[in-house]
Amino acid sequence: MIKADVQLDAKGLACPMPIVKTKKAMNDVAEGQVLEIQATDKGSVADLAAWSKTVGHQYIGSQEDNGVFYHYIRKCNQEASEVAEKTFAYTATNEEAIVSGATILDVREAAEYAFGHIPGAVSIPMGELAQRMNELQQDEAIYVICRTGTRSDMAAQQLAEAGFTNIKNVLPGMVGYEGELAKEVN
Amino acid sequence: MTVTAWTAAQVARKVIDNKEFFILDVRNADAFEEWKIDGHNFDYVNIPYFELLDGVEEILPQIPTDKDVLVVCAKEGSSIMVADMLSEAGREVGYLAGGMKSWSMYLEPIKVGDLANGGELYQFVRLGKGCLSYMAISEGEAAIIDAVRFTEVFTKFAEDKDVQIKHVFDTHLHADHISGGRHIAEVTGATYYLPPKDAEEVVFDYAPLEDGLTVNIGSSAIEVGALYSPGHTIGSTSFVIDGKYLLTGDILFIDSIGRPDLAGLAEDWVGDLRETLYARYRTLAEDLIVLPAHFMIMDELNADGTVAKRLGDLFAENHGLNVEDEEAFRSMVTDNLPPQPNAYQEIRHVNMGKITPDNDEQTEMEIGPNRCAVR
Repeated sequence: MIKADVQLDAKGLACPMPIVKTKKAMNDVAEGQVLEIQATDKGSVADLAAWSKTVGHQYIGSQEDNGVFYHYIRKCNQEASEVAEKTFAYTATNEEAIVSGATILDVREAAEYAFGHIPGAVSIPMGELAQRMNELQQDEAIYVICRTGTRSDMAAQQLAEAGFTNIKNVLPGMVGYEGELAKEVN
Repeated sequence: MTVTAWTAAQVARKVIDNKEFFILDVRNADAFEEWKIDGHNFDYVNIPYFELLDGVEEILPQIPTDKDVLVVCAKEGSSIMVADMLSEAGREVGYLAGGMKSWSMYLEPIKVGDLANGGELYQFVRLGKGCLSYMAISEGEAAIIDAVRFTEVFTKFAEDKDVQIKHVFDTHLHADHISGGRHIAEVTGATYYLPPKDAEEVVFDYAPLEDGLTVNIGSSAIEVGALYSPGHTIGSTSFVIDGKYLLTGDILFIDSIGRPDLAGLAEDWVGDLRETLYARYRTLAEDLIVLPAHFMIMDELNADGTVAKRLGDLFAENHGLNVEDEEAFRSMVTDNLPPQPNAYQEIRHVNMGKITPDNDEQTEMEIGPNRCAVR
């Protein structure tokens, strides 16, 4: 099961209802959170992806299990988050992070990680970082990555403030990664 | 304003009669790009339904008021929603009942011509998919060639004409659509024929369709003669009916020729295709009327909606029959081929009897254009 913040049951509904319901449900999803939509209509696969693109949300992916499609969409507000300024001073390129052999910390949501991450990357979603920092060594080299470098920028700052000494923010992030992806979906 | 439900049959009349029509296709852009309702005098706008959830005000200027407007989607639900919204905005519009799914399934039977002794030959035009099936009838008997899977259309037609279906043929193992041949033979007691060279993997019994086989329809003998014509598949077989019609299967179309790669053997079969088109067919009478198993573009339809043309005219006009250089021909039919039809491997397995998907799954497999040709 992939972790999502909000779930929507659209099983048994024919087009256009899965999207009508998704649009409505998105109103109650906070920015950056992931909505899981369960649908049985095959058309929902292409249409939810196209709709997400139209309105600017991030379509993470979908998987089928027993005739039910599980779709994952992350709510985005393009103007705000995508072009946010990155302030953490220590950065590394995707390539530098990969060849370093050091820990790569992926702070995207669990669903984003499940649908494709750098092999070996450790997953701690941004929202859980404060509670789970103790899973990491304060003095080890950690390359923090997200999709576009914004969340990882905030995570890097948070870690540095907590006393971590060897943190780098990876840019451009997963949007610029074209290598092999490890997946946790079928 | 009221919203009218249009049937696929009504839309087919618009296509065949070359009427003006405006289609607002509310499927996503990829689906529209790949496959739509084609008509000579149709205009289109593609706006996905999910961009109209907040209203249709913005698109009203794009919707004409001086011709019939049809809203189309995949199954019908979204087109009803959009049609209702347009109706509330004061527009008179219709939607396609059953959506593209019903369009893909609709067959229009059109008479191609008369056969000797009062016989008749019908072409069943599947406009949405470009498939063509045939029924020859004479003196209470019928033969069917390349039937698509909507078998009741054929059995009902035979009932209406008061004829008994005796022979059911497939010119080859189809890769773009699911054959209805075997099922028709089962329910009517007719004999089902397949070319043995295409049927090596089939898991049911069939009668071998081999070069030179002839069957008669009715007592006064309308002859249906088989002519081995490989190239699209290794078993592909053509038919000459009543000395007047040449049914070419997927070997020769009106504006294109068959592709040799759908069973994965383009390089092996290109020589056969060349031999069939440039040697075997050349020995036939030029006045034969060619009746293919597919059409790809609306320009291949005649004014009456049939897809048929004199063989001699095709020798003169069809590009695929006029490539003198053998190497150029080889490259034309093996390089840069169009994408293969949707689910073509699964469709071949269904036609071999290896898998038996339910009706919905079959519909899903057949979505999209047929793509059996190279131009």
